[in-house]
Amino acid sequence: MSNLLTWKEVPKGAFLEKPGNAADYETGDWRSIKPVWIAENCIQCFRCWVYCPDAAIMTKDKKMIGIDYKHCKGCGICANECPAKPKALEMINESDSGDN
Amino acid sequence: MQEKIALTGNEAMALAMKQINPDVVAAYPITPATEIVQIFSDYVSNGLVKTEFVTVESEHSAMSATLGASASGVRAMTATSSQGLAFMWEVLYIAASYQLPIVMPVVNRALSGPINIHGDHSDTMGARDSGWLQIYSENTQEAYDNLIQAVRIAEHPDVLLPTMVMMDGFIISHAMENLEILSDQDVQKFVGEFKHHRPALLDLDNPITVGPLALYDYYMEFKRQQAEAMRTCKPVILQVAQEYAELTGRKYGLYEGYKLDDADLAIVVLSSTAGTAKVVVDELREQGVKAGLLKLRVFRPFPYEELAQALSGRKAIAVLDRADGFSAFGGALFNEIRSAMYDVKDRPLIVDYIFGLGGRDVNLDHIRKVYADLAEIAKTGQAAQLVSYLGVRE
Repeated sequence: MSNLLTWKEVPKGAFLEKPGNAADYETGDWRSIKPVWIAENCIQCFRCWVYCPDAAIMTKDKKMIGIDYKHCKGCGICANECPAKPKALEMINESDSGDN
Repeated sequence: MQEKIALTGNEAMALAMKQINPDVVAAYPITPATEIVQIFSDYVSNGLVKTEFVTVESEHSAMSATLGASASGVRAMTATSSQGLAFMWEVLYIAASYQLPIVMPVVNRALSGPINIHGDHSDTMGARDSGWLQIYSENTQEAYDNLIQAVRIAEHPDVLLPTMVMMDGFIISHAMENLEILSDQDVQKFVGEFKHHRPALLDLDNPITVGPLALYDYYMEFKRQQAEAMRTCKPVILQVAQEYAELTGRKYGLYEGYKLDDADLAIVVLSSTAGTAKVVVDELREQGVKAGLLKLRVFRPFPYEELAQALSGRKAIAVLDRADGFSAFGGALFNEIRSAMYDVKDRPLIVDYIFGLGGRDVNLDHIRKVYADLAEIAKTGQAAQLVSYLGVRE
C-alpha cells in the first residue's frame, strides 16, 4: 500500500487531474480463484479475450500471452469458455497458487 | 456607508444575495423560505444581478444544479427549508465531499410529520453531520451579516466547504425588523472576486475527473482531508468576522456570551430564542441573580474548546434544544455541550430542555422557569430531570 497517496496528498475534493485512470486502479486483489494459462494447450482462438468482462487477457502481436492478474477478478468465464482440449485455462484457488 | 431600513428576514437574505451577486442560483420554493428566491428572481428579471437563475423541479435538483455550477468554477447559491433540505440530503454530503464553497440560507422549519410549516431546528440538526458549516442567526441583522460573511468563509482556500446560514422560520423570516445594510459596492468589495481553487471542469486540453469511485483504498483519505478542513477553519471564521467588524462595527464570534462571564446560571441556545432569554437575563440581574446566556453562532465546526472555556465556572447550565434527537438522551446541542464540558474541572450540572417544536411559542415565563430550575439545581447540587420538555401539555 506504500505507493498510495496520503490524506495530505490526495487532490482536494477528489478532483482528479489525471482522468481515465481505471487501468491504474488494481482490482486483482478481489480474487479468490485465479485462471492459470497453459501455453502449450492454447489454440489462440481468442474466445477468452472476447468473453473476459474486464480486459484481463493480455495480448501481443495478435497472440494471447497471459493473464493480467492486477485486474483479473477471478470470475472464471475465460476457463469456462476455453474450447481447447485439454483446456488452456484452468481455475485454481488463490490459496493454492503459491503467490502472496 | 450603511443605511438603516426595515426588512423581514427573507427580504434581508434576498438583499444580501443580490449584493453578493452570485453567478448561478438554482432554487425551488418552499415555505417559509420561498420569498428569498422569489424576491431574488425579481432581481434577476429586473437585471439587477448578473445571476443565471435556474428554475428546477425539486430541491434534489436545486442542490445538484448548484453543485454542478460550483464544480465548474463559479459562485453558486440556493436557499431552502425543512422538507426541501431533507430532499437535498444525499447531495448535501456530495457537495461537502467535493469541498465546494456553496452558500445556502436555510430558514429553519420543523420536519414532517405531522405536517408543520413553523420554526424548529429539526431540519438543520438532521444535516449536522453532512459536512457543511452551520451558522445560526438570532435576528434579521445577523441573518444578513452571516450570509455575507459565509461567502468569504466558504471560499477561503483553507476552508472550501459549503456553508448554510440559518434563521428561524416565521419568527425571523416573516417578521420585520430594523437593520443596517451595506451598499452593494461594499458587499461586492468584501466578498471579492470568486476564485476557483480547482482545475477547470471544461478544459478540453486538460480533462479532469470529478466524482470518482474511491473504495477502501482511498475513501478514507478523502474523508480525512475533508475533516481537516472542518477542523482547521475556525481561525478563518474569526478573521472574516474581524474584517466584517472593521467594515460595519458589528462584531461576531463563534458564540455570543451575554452577561456570561460572572454568571452562576447559564442557558445555551441557538437563534431567535436567545433574544427572549436576554430579556429574562436582564430581569434576573436586576433581582441580583447571576444569570447569563451563551448563544451559539457557529454549530459546525463545533467550537468545543471555546465553549468549555466560556461555560466553565458556571454552577448550572441548561441547554435549550429546538429539535429532539430521538435518542432517548436529549437533543444534539445538549449532547455536544455536555461532551465539551467533560474535561472541565468541577464541571457544572447540565440539563436539557426540548422546546419550541413545530413553532410552539417560547415566552418569558418559559425562560424564567428554566432559570428557576437552574437556581434549584445549583442550590441542591442535583438535577431532578436530565432531559425535559418545555411548554408541552403534560
